[in-house]
Amino acid sequence: MSFLDSQWQGRLELLLAAGRAAGADLVEIFLERFDRLSVLAEQERVTSVNPSLGCGAGIRVFHGAADGFRDGFVSTTNLSDEGLMQALDQALGMLNLQRGISNGHSFAGLNPLSNYGSSKQNWLTQCPGVQTSADRLLEGTAKLEQHGKHLQARRGSYSRDWQEMLVAASDGTFSRDLRLHQTLGLSVLAADGEHRSSVARRFGSSDNPRDLIDWDADAAARDISASSATMLYADYIEAGSYPVVLANRFGGVIFHEACGHLLETTQVERGTTPFADKMGELIAHESVTAIDEGLSPQSFGSLAVDDEGFEPQRTTLIENGILKAFLSDRAGELRTGHARTGSGRRQGHSYAAASRMRNTFIAAGPHSPADLISSIDRGLYCKVMGGGSVGPTGQFNFSVEEGYLIENGALGKPVKGATLIGDAETVMPRISMCGNDLDLAAGFCGSVSGSIYVTVGQPHIKVDSITVGGR
Amino acid sequence: MLNPQQLHDQLSTLAKQEGINQWDLGAASGTDLSVQVDRGEPKQLKGAQRSAVTVRAWTSDGRVGITSSTDLSIEGLAQALKGAKEASVFGDLEEPPGLSCRSLEPLIPLERPRLALQPIQNLLKTLLDAERQLLDLHPAINTVPYNGLSERNGESVYINSLGSQRHHLSSSSACYLYARAEQDGRKPRSAGAVRLAYGSEQLDVQACIKEAAELTISHLDYSAIDTGYYNCVFSPEAFLDLIGAFSNIFNARSVLDGLSLSNRDSLGSTLAVPFLNLWDDPLHKSNLGASAFDGEGTPTAPLTLIEAGNLAHFLHSEGTARQFGVAPTGHAGMGSKVSVGPDWFVVAPTPGVAAGDAQLNRHKADGVVWIDSLSALHAGVKASQGSFSLPFDGWLIKNGERISIEAATVAGDIRKVLKTILALEGEPLVTPGGMCPYVWVEGLSITGET
Repeated sequence: MSFLDSQWQGRLELLLAAGRAAGADLVEIFLERFDRLSVLAEQERVTSVNPSLGCGAGIRVFHGAADGFRDGFVSTTNLSDEGLMQALDQALGMLNLQRGISNGHSFAGLNPLSNYGSSKQNWLTQCPGVQTSADRLLEGTAKLEQHGKHLQARRGSYSRDWQEMLVAASDGTFSRDLRLHQTLGLSVLAADGEHRSSVARRFGSSDNPRDLIDWDADAAARDISASSATMLYADYIEAGSYPVVLANRFGGVIFHEACGHLLETTQVERGTTPFADKMGELIAHESVTAIDEGLSPQSFGSLAVDDEGFEPQRTTLIENGILKAFLSDRAGELRTGHARTGSGRRQGHSYAAASRMRNTFIAAGPHSPADLISSIDRGLYCKVMGGGSVGPTGQFNFSVEEGYLIENGALGKPVKGATLIGDAETVMPRISMCGNDLDLAAGFCGSVSGSIYVTVGQPHIKVDSITVGGR
Repeated sequence: MLNPQQLHDQLSTLAKQEGINQWDLGAASGTDLSVQVDRGEPKQLKGAQRSAVTVRAWTSDGRVGITSSTDLSIEGLAQALKGAKEASVFGDLEEPPGLSCRSLEPLIPLERPRLALQPIQNLLKTLLDAERQLLDLHPAINTVPYNGLSERNGESVYINSLGSQRHHLSSSSACYLYARAEQDGRKPRSAGAVRLAYGSEQLDVQACIKEAAELTISHLDYSAIDTGYYNCVFSPEAFLDLIGAFSNIFNARSVLDGLSLSNRDSLGSTLAVPFLNLWDDPLHKSNLGASAFDGEGTPTAPLTLIEAGNLAHFLHSEGTARQFGVAPTGHAGMGSKVSVGPDWFVVAPTPGVAAGDAQLNRHKADGVVWIDSLSALHAGVKASQGSFSLPFDGWLIKNGERISIEAATVAGDIRKVLKTILALEGEPLVTPGGMCPYVWVEGLSITGET
């Protein structure tokens, strides 16, 4: 059932006209309604079922081209006319603007609604209900029991996030979309005496109501069980500097954190990226081409339209090592001059959109993964990466969930407790080989506009030298 | 303003219509204002009006369902209750949560000021002044890329079908300043400081500026550290962050789920050196986020966790307490599966026992690593394994002089850390997340960037 649609046009035009008349250069209103479900299964029981419903609006006002376009943003869960007007007044007041004191700025009205959600009306009802979700998760935890050893805890989790969004702006933007994100997680804790290993995998998709129904629980459980058994008796890695091979799929988190964030105009605005004035220059090894796009069907970071009503693009960030583009949102375009790329994203109505990544990956190269490993006498193979972060000076860190020593060009014993540290400027030129097996993995990215759905990816890559924290 | 009596009356009526005899509700609403600045200009001004409600409903055979919503109207409550009733079909019969037997007990009075929000332009002026002062303090400090000043007024309500009616009002304000400094031919360096208070006019912004500047400047002349094992001294914030990351040790929910480093029989076992005491003190006067009740309406109160090095108590919700045959401790969230967590840790020496080696003094040390702050705890902590490998900001102390460490990680096992504490140096200091002295730990693995 549609809630946010063209019926809102009149109400929104009144707000936008009022904001413009008060002197705003641009007013944007983002509305959302959400319907979420999370289910948790532990061992043989469903232990939590959490439905969550809600709606809200975020109103953003830009003012002052000469001052770099200041903005005020107010969010509210009160969608009445009074509540929205109150939010607009507050946002205007932040910029010393006041409704009723007209300066003659006009508003030509909204464009006809661009409805990206018209073919998606049934997605919510097509998603599995609680019973089906619970059954599939219990199947997953049963498969873990079947394939695993020394398991102390088995968990399966599912979350579904359905969102109806409507965005309107005083430049005529008027867009609606329906979005569906689903995630599935399996995790185990194995223990044998003093030995312990914890392994988790998360799978995610967008716009695919059948994702959970089609999920291969057996394959997922086999993969996790094998990883858990391998890591249970692994030794801690000896600290030092190593050549490293990072596996494909979630290995791409290193590019996402270490370099991708530095190519968002949000970072250009803050002056926190070393790449701000490097357009057209070599910033990475010539073997590296990196892309961010929002178009791949059913990928976690894909979107039909961004949270500012702009269609996503395929953006080549780095081509053969040369910086080609930044990811830009509306504010980024206004303040830095980099053209919008359909990258304006936010967690929900309580955040102003910011330039954020979507599906980000290093393109495939010519080598087989075996070529990369055989080129190293002594190093580290990072088969599964954990999370990481990047600091205000570009310093990054990533944990390695599942690692193996490389000895004489071949994989050796498993190691745990490794953390990769470095900074993008130093490490990007050290990516000397890219494999031919590009693959993507779903993830979450937390930053200025909240936690959003993204995809990271890469083929196997070789970094000639990186600092590895260990024991 | 939330009205517990009105909410109670409304939900009682709705529950009767739905045939629900046992229910509870948690609701929260609030208004936030925040500002950020960038080199003398407003960067972003932000406001928010928030509301959220969570309703639980029990079936006659004890299963519970839950639904959350942003809608606090009577229609929203009805929808949430109906959703909870529908979800209760899938409730866990083996270990269902109940209503807390302590939800009707009187609360310990909590006297906290309720302050009116300042006009946002006042916040903006304060932060612009703070940024200018910080930039003026050293020529190498060229930006303050992460900064903010915020105020929040909030309230929360807990009510249930037993007649419990809890209501809490809060005011809070925060200021953070993270400066970035750069010198020719050197890598950029960054450090910052945070201050909390009930209102922005009570914030010690000058102290925040001073600390941010001093820390940033102290990291300008950095060196790589040789990889190896070092005695380390943790700042109060760093040690509390580490303890917090491994709080599953004290968490009865984690024990029952098999995800804790402790088990049911661990109470009384030796966890740490005998001169270490640790307790959770939710009502401490310096805990600005204190609440007199938890997510199940249970009164909050101090709880000893480590006494003279031994595990003394677990943190409990209603459900875990029932499993252990004890009373709930006031550490529950609200859910169909109820979470359990600490509020505000205090680390202090065991009374009457020397706090380790009294000769240890970080200002006179040699070859010791001073860990000021830890990062990326979400990625580098394996809570159920006990191990950690974390990036940190800090200094190598040589003959009492601090030399900033370029980039490094510290790795170890929390169980070993607690048993190899060499000393608690000085009196416990108040931090945003608790109280703790400087803590000396023997021989941790440090990896330097080469």
